[in-house]
Amino acid sequence: MGLDEFFVTGEPLIYAGMVAITLVSGAIIFLLTYFKKWKWLWREWLTTVDHKRIGIMYILSALAMLFRAGSDALMMRTQLAFPDMNFLNAQHYNEIFTTHGTIMIFFMAMPFLIGLMNIVVPQQIGARDFAFPYLNALSFWSFFFGAMLFNVSFVIGGAPDAGWTSYTPLAGDIMSQGPGQNFYLLALQLSGIGTLATGINLMVTILKMRAPGMTLFKMPIFTWSTFITMFIIVFAFPILTIALALMTIDRIFGSHFFTLAGEGLPMMWANLFWMWGHPEVYIVILPAFGIFSEVIATFARKRLFGYTVMVWSIILIAGLSFLVWVHHFFTMGAGAFVNSIFSVTTMAIAIPTGVKIFNWLATLYKSRIRTTTAMMWALAFIPSFTIGGITGVMLGMAAADYQFHNSYFLIAHFHYVLIAGTVFGCFAGLVYWYPKMFGHKLNERIGKWAFWLFVIGFHICFLPQYFLGLDGMPRRVFHIVPEWFNLNVISTIGAFGMGLGFAVFVYNIYYSYRYSEREQTGDPWDGRTLEWATPTPVPEYNFAVVPHVKEHDAYWDMKQKGETIYDESKVEPIHMPNSTGQPFIMSAIMFFASFALVFEWIWLAVAGLVTILVTMGIRSFDYDEGRHIDVEEIKQTERSARGL
Amino acid sequence: MSAHEENTTPLEYQTEDAQMNILGFWIFLAAEMALFGTLFATYAVLFGRTADAPAPMELFEPGTTLVMTLILLTSSFTCGIAVHEMRRGARKSMMTWLTITLALGLSFLGFEIYEFYHYASEGASLQSSAYWSAFFILAGTHGVHVTFGIGWMILLLMQLAQRGITSITSRKIFIIGLYWHFLDVIWIFIFTGVYLIGMVV
Ligand code: HEM
Ligand SMILES: [Cu+2]
Repeated sequence: MGLDEFFVTGEPLIYAGMVAITLVSGAIIFLLTYFKKWKWLWREWLTTVDHKRIGIMYILSALAMLFRAGSDALMMRTQLAFPDMNFLNAQHYNEIFTTHGTIMIFFMAMPFLIGLMNIVVPQQIGARDFAFPYLNALSFWSFFFGAMLFNVSFVIGGAPDAGWTSYTPLAGDIMSQGPGQNFYLLALQLSGIGTLATGINLMVTILKMRAPGMTLFKMPIFTWSTFITMFIIVFAFPILTIALALMTIDRIFGSHFFTLAGEGLPMMWANLFWMWGHPEVYIVILPAFGIFSEVIATFARKRLFGYTVMVWSIILIAGLSFLVWVHHFFTMGAGAFVNSIFSVTTMAIAIPTGVKIFNWLATLYKSRIRTTTAMMWALAFIPSFTIGGITGVMLGMAAADYQFHNSYFLIAHFHYVLIAGTVFGCFAGLVYWYPKMFGHKLNERIGKWAFWLFVIGFHICFLPQYFLGLDGMPRRVFHIVPEWFNLNVISTIGAFGMGLGFAVFVYNIYYSYRYSEREQTGDPWDGRTLEWATPTPVPEYNFAVVPHVKEHDAYWDMKQKGETIYDESKVEPIHMPNSTGQPFIMSAIMFFASFALVFEWIWLAVAGLVTILVTMGIRSFDYDEGRHIDVEEIKQTERSARGL
Repeated sequence: MSAHEENTTPLEYQTEDAQMNILGFWIFLAAEMALFGTLFATYAVLFGRTADAPAPMELFEPGTTLVMTLILLTSSFTCGIAVHEMRRGARKSMMTWLTITLALGLSFLGFEIYEFYHYASEGASLQSSAYWSAFFILAGTHGVHVTFGIGWMILLLMQLAQRGITSITSRKIFIIGLYWHFLDVIWIFIFTGVYLIGMVV
């Protein structure tokens, strides 16, 4: 294979990408060397098993991926702004909408939420760590290297172009030649392993590590939503694992699961994909629901209305999420009976979701609302998400779906739910927990600018798309006809508004790092749940003394009663795990093995696999039992953190 | 923990760490159930889609699969005895039983490899049709799990030789026991759902 086959050539935009990658990596390497930070990077970050740091790395990566996939989105919108645009050609357009969707779901939304969970969940339940800190680091690094594997595809080998759903036979080896589709398969497989491990890890953490007194129905609602989400992950991700593996084997080893030859069944891919894919939608929305519930309760200064009902509706939604997958292909000939069943189950999801909406409204009713930035994201979420939900029910009517399917109406729907739900949720959560993570708030004034730009841009971008869809504009086209011109231009303007909002958001991070007042107390919002009981910066062991929980909203309860959670006389040595470079190294090896398989260099891939097995074996002999932090050190840490 | 409790809780459950590990492994097995469930579903969907390759009825041999089933069932039994011996604190005997389990696992694999090779030589391979793809991947995934379990068990035997029965090694042995029984259960499904049904339909 020649170099010109290895690197993607002939596309000015991609050359620009190559230059950008080289420059950015060069700059990072230079800065790390210049400031002698390599050791620091390795010791404090790459080898850490501290859930708070891992959470921060998740969120940073997710923001970078939001930038990448957001650039894809802006390129698509530019191409679609005017009839006869020649900004992108058909092939490039296909690649971009594929990577946009894939990255947003797998490498932006999920890691962002998992990052927040990493930081918050142990603190909310009064725990010192994850159940399996080592595994947690492994999860992060396998996600990270998976994301990198996916991202190199556009400069090396060529990006996948069969859509984020990768339907067969289009995605099979006959119609999608070259390594692009392999990148999709192996990158998702690699990061999927990490997701499954996180699922197990957080489930055990929540089941086994809650502070004494915290019964399941005293758990904060974000922890509840995390717990249920992990259930979905544990049962849905194996389906994706198998689907990806089967397609990989089809493509590389010539089996016939999804091929037209050999009596394979291309439709089986659609089924497997959406049996995972629909639950996946709830994997990214339920945690966001949890975040909004926390934010609304805190800034309405009220206990969440209907807590128990909220919990049960999450559970119901999770259960139903496995029973609706066929609504993604009503038009592909399943027959009236099957379609009707799935139509009914789909609409049933609206019931528990509606219940949640009314409970949020009831929490706000007659409360004293503080309109902080985090709260504004939550308030904007309610009406916006409702629009997405209602149009979802419209799509759920099988007969009507013959009209809406694969049109811009659908595009508008899922962006209304994904952005108004997940992305607003991520932003709300980031702003809300930011002081816990970094010891200072984000600037509120700049934050509100980002908020208004993004939210207004969002509606300008996606509301017209409903009407474009009704007008008959199909999705995945790279040219528009003059009749669709007006609404498309508006939509593109909105998209750039969102881009601007995101830029202001990121600027706010820089600005606040420089100028924001440092936090003293650890409880900047007058919070209700236990994560606000830890001081800032949060010590690596979170709680010097394990709290005893009596009420729901444990910390609020303690504050009302004038209790504190820190009692110096109760401090005992704390056991913590040691840092280790193994998760990083193992994931790096998996990256190389997967890369080899992408190019079908079988022997190299096998060598990589063997190396991974050997490292696992070595790990099995590793009896590292961690270390103890002694009482004196804890007292000192607490004194300085609490300003005593 | 009171002295009384210490006597009744099995060794592998005595530390909090171990309890978490075991619970985590149960959840992992639930995920494995979903994984094999998906493979069974694809197998069922692709059943009969043999294209030009031979039908399963022509190739499956009741004798071989029955022997394989007996071997695997026995190995589950010997593995159970090993855990029992571990709880008695009898390291030597436990290692013996584990080694027997290992040997049985290896002979199971031997049969499976022979079987696959035989089918391939009769014109039924991964590439010959959708049905055979599903068959080889389903049975093969189970086989890969067995292989992995064998490697794992060897590592644990080495650790037992080094360290004896401790709260950590006993937890590890208990977990591989769960894994091994799980593979047995899956095999029962393969035996009935794939081989028995394949021989009659
Ligand atoms: C600036 C914000 C965004 C803009 C302007 C945008 C724009 C678009 C456009 C134009 C398409 C349609 C491509 C086509 O089929 O022709 C699309 C598809 C898609 N978007 Fe977005 N998007 C944005 C944010 C997001 C976010 C935040 C998510 C997920 C959390 C997301 C997930 C998806 C998915 C899954 C698809 C489907 C891809 C496919 O079916 O091929 N998008 N987006
Ligand atoms: Cu769906």
